[in-house]
Amino acid sequence: MKLDLILRVATKVLVPFILLFALYVQFHGDYGPGGGFQAGVIAAAMVILYAITYGLEPAKRAVPPVIVETMIPLGVLIYTGVGVVTMLLGDNFLSYNALNRHDHVHAQELGILLVEIGVFVTVAGTMTAVFYVFAGRGR
Amino acid sequence: MVLLTLMAAVTIGVVRQRNLFGVVILSGIYSFLMASVMIVLDAVDVAMTEASVGAGISTVLMLSVLYLTKSRELVPTHTSVFPVLVAMAAAGILLYGTLDLPPFGAADSPAHLHVAPRYIGQSIAETGVPNVVTSVLASYRGFDTLGETAVIFTAGIAVLMLLKGRRKKTKPGKKA
Repeated sequence: MKLDLILRVATKVLVPFILLFALYVQFHGDYGPGGGFQAGVIAAAMVILYAITYGLEPAKRAVPPVIVETMIPLGVLIYTGVGVVTMLLGDNFLSYNALNRHDHVHAQELGILLVEIGVFVTVAGTMTAVFYVFAGRGR
Repeated sequence: MVLLTLMAAVTIGVVRQRNLFGVVILSGIYSFLMASVMIVLDAVDVAMTEASVGAGISTVLMLSVLYLTKSRELVPTHTSVFPVLVAMAAAGILLYGTLDLPPFGAADSPAHLHVAPRYIGQSIAETGVPNVVTSVLASYRGFDTLGETAVIFTAGIAVLMLLKGRRKKTKPGKKA
């Protein structure tokens, strides 16, 4: 684990940019290709890259498994939560127009944003958690 | 065409390869080629998903599975005549089914006449989102995407239950 100095430095340089790219894909999904699903996978790839070069334990310290495993149901909860909120506001399940009665374009954008965040949270959590269990079994 | 030929070559490589490490790498290459095909077809969103999920995450997960198992495929003990026949029959039925499909890219095919014009024409006015893929995915077809998210949720929970549950039994003294 001493020979991979270049890998370690390169990983340290790359990790913030990968996260930035994931967030870009997440929030620019309205205008370009991308969305919660792809962004979640990229964010998980960042954690996996960190774990591969630095080992599983440092990665688990940086991104604790408890948080990752909480993210899995949390994303679905955000998604359905949006649906329940639109129901409470007197519209159908997941019809975002209820979120802003005055401007339905804003309502739609808000709804899509929230829902994509839900997808992101679930996907990133699931991928990272699955990697953690697989990588943790070997030892 | 070049891409499709390469994909066929990679598939033959996967079938002939006995070393599972090679198989995993070849399936990663296959996913990248698939992503390139999607870019050629102008389906950038799908290409991005294919590249990140198919070539990225699943390759890593497969490698970590290889770490847990043996990395050589066993030589099969029975002949593969019957499976080949089944596969060829299935391929024949699928090819027969494509005869009834409208020509590729035809503007008057049923898929392009039902709801697609409304999605493409009204997306900006109704949702304010220029990327139609996103507006269809998250707004018009929000239920489907919810189902998709639930599938990922279920799959993740199932894998965690399978892999973590075993571990607790092997180490009874430790409570997670």
